[in-house]
Amino acid sequence: MAIVFEPPKALCDVPMHYCPGCTHGISHRLIAEAIDELEIEGKTIGISPVGCAYNNYLYFNCDMIQAAHGRAPAVATGVKRSLPESIVFSYQGDGDLAAIGTAEIVHAATRGENITVIFINNTIYGMTSGQMAPTTLVGQVTTTTPYGRDAKYSGYPVRISEMLATLEGPAYIERVSLHDIKNIKKAKAAVKKAFKVQMAGKGFSLIEILSTCPTNWGLNPVEALKRIEKEMIPHYPLGVFVGADLEV
Amino acid sequence: MGQKLLMKGNEVIAEAAIRAGCRHYFGYPITPQTELMHYMAKKMPTIGGVFMQAESEVAAINMVYGAASTGKRVMTSSSSPGISLKQEGISYIAGAQLPAVIVNIMRGGPGLGGIQPSQSDYFQATKGGGHGDYHMVVLAPASVQELYDLTVEAFNISDRYRIMTMILGDGVLGQMMEVVEFRDDENIESFDKPWAANGHDNKREHNMITSIHLDPAVLEQWNIGFQEKYNLIRQKEQRYELYNCEDAEIILVAYGSVARICKGVINQAAEKGIKLGLIRPITLFPFPTNAFEEVLDIPKAFLTVEMSSGQMLEDVKLTIEGRKPVYFTGRMGGMIPTVNDIMTKVNEIREKHS
Repeated sequence: MAIVFEPPKALCDVPMHYCPGCTHGISHRLIAEAIDELEIEGKTIGISPVGCAYNNYLYFNCDMIQAAHGRAPAVATGVKRSLPESIVFSYQGDGDLAAIGTAEIVHAATRGENITVIFINNTIYGMTSGQMAPTTLVGQVTTTTPYGRDAKYSGYPVRISEMLATLEGPAYIERVSLHDIKNIKKAKAAVKKAFKVQMAGKGFSLIEILSTCPTNWGLNPVEALKRIEKEMIPHYPLGVFVGADLEV
Repeated sequence: MGQKLLMKGNEVIAEAAIRAGCRHYFGYPITPQTELMHYMAKKMPTIGGVFMQAESEVAAINMVYGAASTGKRVMTSSSSPGISLKQEGISYIAGAQLPAVIVNIMRGGPGLGGIQPSQSDYFQATKGGGHGDYHMVVLAPASVQELYDLTVEAFNISDRYRIMTMILGDGVLGQMMEVVEFRDDENIESFDKPWAANGHDNKREHNMITSIHLDPAVLEQWNIGFQEKYNLIRQKEQRYELYNCEDAEIILVAYGSVARICKGVINQAAEKGIKLGLIRPITLFPFPTNAFEEVLDIPKAFLTVEMSSGQMLEDVKLTIEGRKPVYFTGRMGGMIPTVNDIMTKVNEIREKHS
């Protein structure tokens, strides 16, 4: 029988722990497909975050390092500066990257650190049961904003890609979404391009992936995908913020 | 015979690290250890090494975590408030069992404290300043030559046991200049690191560096393994100096620059016919319990002297377990105990035990 579809080699054949309908699995697959297609598994080192993806070091078949909350860009810096020929990526959620790890991501970006950051934005802390993230939309109900996020009290959601795009260090920054097939394909192309930017030694790349958290949003998986389109994209517009003309 | 030079303590640590094969240094400025990072900034680019000024101590220690994960010899340095900031990373490095060398040139605290020398981070260094049941090896040099020798040794110990080693100095040692001999035949050992996350090149299973184990039974097994390692280190790595202990009436206990002052006290007392000795712990973890067993029967009492409120004092008491009286004198906040301070206490003890 002909094999027409296989899991990527860069993913281990182990069960994932993510909730039904969560898009982490898609993001993992896109990264793994890019690693396979670029044939870089043997020299890739991934950095796992703290958050729902804390143990994705078990899922990727390349060498993996689990980092402290928010510190993945610093850990990635240590790895890349030790092994300049390696391909280094960090995988971080919005609590990890946009709250506790703000300093690390800003400085890795401004140094033009030649690493790839996969930034999962689902507007909430997933693992700790649905608290407000820096990316939580105004009015969004979370376990720590039970009356909805009040901007006057809790401030406004952070647009990381736009913020980092003001720096001179980054080579490539794009925001993509996983809410339908067309956008998943675009996300795949962006992730692959980010790795290629790194392979070409162009510098810092970050792909912000708008993602779902059906469990903590209190929505079913289909409704959750619709929420990305209806509520998130208006605040987090898709597109390339740095490196639109970059050929790799 | 190696090259002999007059050098500042902080710079000697940097040179020793480089000679020991360290090519990766990540730091953040803080007094009184900045000369170490200046030296690294100047030297590393000329030898193909990496010097990086991080955005914070937190970032620096996590860069160390990353570099150590790849199996490279790596160092960071700081002083007390900066070491507090590094504690998160230190705990993770302990949990992930990574070899790394950390330098703490202590200054007075708590809080921002001051910039004068102190030994008030003894608890933090030896008992675990971060969370979890862990230890790191803590070395306490007392001279510029020892800063060199123990820095080289720190890298060997770290690699041998997959453990962090801290060079615990103070502002006096970091800032003082002395003659140092760079030994040409220093024993720089090299170690295989099959556990390193350095790219599997499709030739082995993927390596994973982690400190998280959500299954408590698994985490307990990891902890049991750590404790076995610490016990092995307690057996094998105790280092200390005994000075004039043979017929001492009182044995002083002091490490680092305070031990040098104590030697002055001992020599001055000897001129007056008062017999004093010294135990100088060189490893603070493992605490050199063997030194105490060796000389326990000799003196009437022990006197611990520190630039703190009496932190090592607790380990001295735990070791002696009430078998001999233990006294303490010390200064805090960056003040250095004088020969007179210590002699006054010695006289008080002698009177009590006459």
